[in-house]
Amino acid sequence: MNEDSDLYIALLLNFALFSLMAVGGANSAVPEMHRQAVEVHHWISDRKFSELFAIAQAAPGPNVVFVTLLGHYIAGIPGALITTIAMCGPTCAIAYFVARVFDRFKSAPWRVVVQAGLVPVTIGLIAASALIVARAADRDAVTFLITAATFSLTYWTKVSPLVAFGVAAALGLAGLV
Amino acid sequence: MTPSLVSSPTVPQLFRAFTKIALCGFGGVLAWSRRVIVDEKRWLAPDVFNELLALCQVLPGPNIVNFSVMFGSRSAGLLGALAALFGLIGPPVILMIAAGILYRRYGDLPELKGVLAGLAAAAAGLIIATSIQMAQAMVRARLRPGHLVAVATFVAAGIFRLPLLWVMAVLVPISIAFAWWERP
Repeated sequence: MNEDSDLYIALLLNFALFSLMAVGGANSAVPEMHRQAVEVHHWISDRKFSELFAIAQAAPGPNVVFVTLLGHYIAGIPGALITTIAMCGPTCAIAYFVARVFDRFKSAPWRVVVQAGLVPVTIGLIAASALIVARAADRDAVTFLITAATFSLTYWTKVSPLVAFGVAAALGLAGLV
Repeated sequence: MTPSLVSSPTVPQLFRAFTKIALCGFGGVLAWSRRVIVDEKRWLAPDVFNELLALCQVLPGPNIVNFSVMFGSRSAGLLGALAALFGLIGPPVILMIAAGILYRRYGDLPELKGVLAGLAAAAAGLIIATSIQMAQAMVRARLRPGHLVAVATFVAAGIFRLPLLWVMAVLVPISIAFAWWERP
C-alpha cells in the first residue's frame, strides 16, 4: 500500500510538471515524459512507450489522453486518473482564472510577443518528440518503410492518417512486421 | 435567414458539443473544435475563436483542454467550464482506460506484436509530418534567431535528452526576448 501511494505521488508530481512544459500542445511534453518514465524511473520500456503513443494517436480525442494510457500502464486505473488529473488540473485552473480576465489580455502587446516566442520552442519540442518516437518504433526495414509511407501520405496528400494506421495494423496482423 | 451568432450555449449543450469534438477529432481535435463552435453552432465569431485560441497557446498545458475551460467558463461560468472539460476528455479517457486494460492483458501476445509495431511506426511517420509542417512556415522566412531557438530546443531535448525544465527555463526567456526585439 505504501509503495502504491509512493508511486501515485510520484506520478502526480511528474505529470503536473509535464503539463507546465506542454507549450503549444500535449505532445511538446513527450520528450520529458519519455525521459522520466523510461530513462529515470524505468516505469515502462522504450518499445511499450512508443506503442502506447501510437494507440493514443490512433484513437479519437485530444492528444493529452496519451497520459491516461501511460498512467494506466504504470499504475492501473488509479494511475490513469492521477496522470490525467495532474496533467489537466493545474493548467485548467489557470485557464479558468484567465478566462475571467480575458478581455484585459486579448490585445495586450506582451501576449503577442510571448506567443511568438513560444512558437520556436514548440517546433523544437515536437521535432524532438518525433525523433524519440521514431527511434523506438523503427527497428528494421519494414517499420522504417511504414514510417516513411505514413509520413508521405500525411505530408503530401489529404488522405487521413487513419488509413496508414489501418494498413500498418493489417500488415502487422498478417505477420509482415 | 440565419443569425450570425446565436446566444451562448447552455451547460448541457457545452457537454454535448465538446463530446462531439472529442469523438470526431482523430489526430487533430483543433480542426473539429473550429468546425463545431464557429461553423455549426455559431457560438463564436471566427476572429473571437482565434483570439481565444491564441491565448490558450500562451498558457501552459494542452491547448484544446485550456480552450474548453475558457470557452465553457465564458459561456456558462464554472459549471460551463466543467461541462466542456468533461465533455472533451471524459469519453476519450474512458476509451483509453479500456485500451489500457486490453493492452496490459494482450499487448505481449505474439499475434499482436506485429500490429503494435506497425501502429508505432505509422505514428512515428505522422508526428514527423506534423513537426515538418510546423517547422516549414518558419523556415520559409529569412533566417531569424527563432530558428536557432528551435534547433537548440530540438538538440537539447531530443538528442542530448537534457531535463526539459532546465532547457525551457533557459530557452523560453531567450526566445521571448528575441520576439520582443523583433516585434513590429
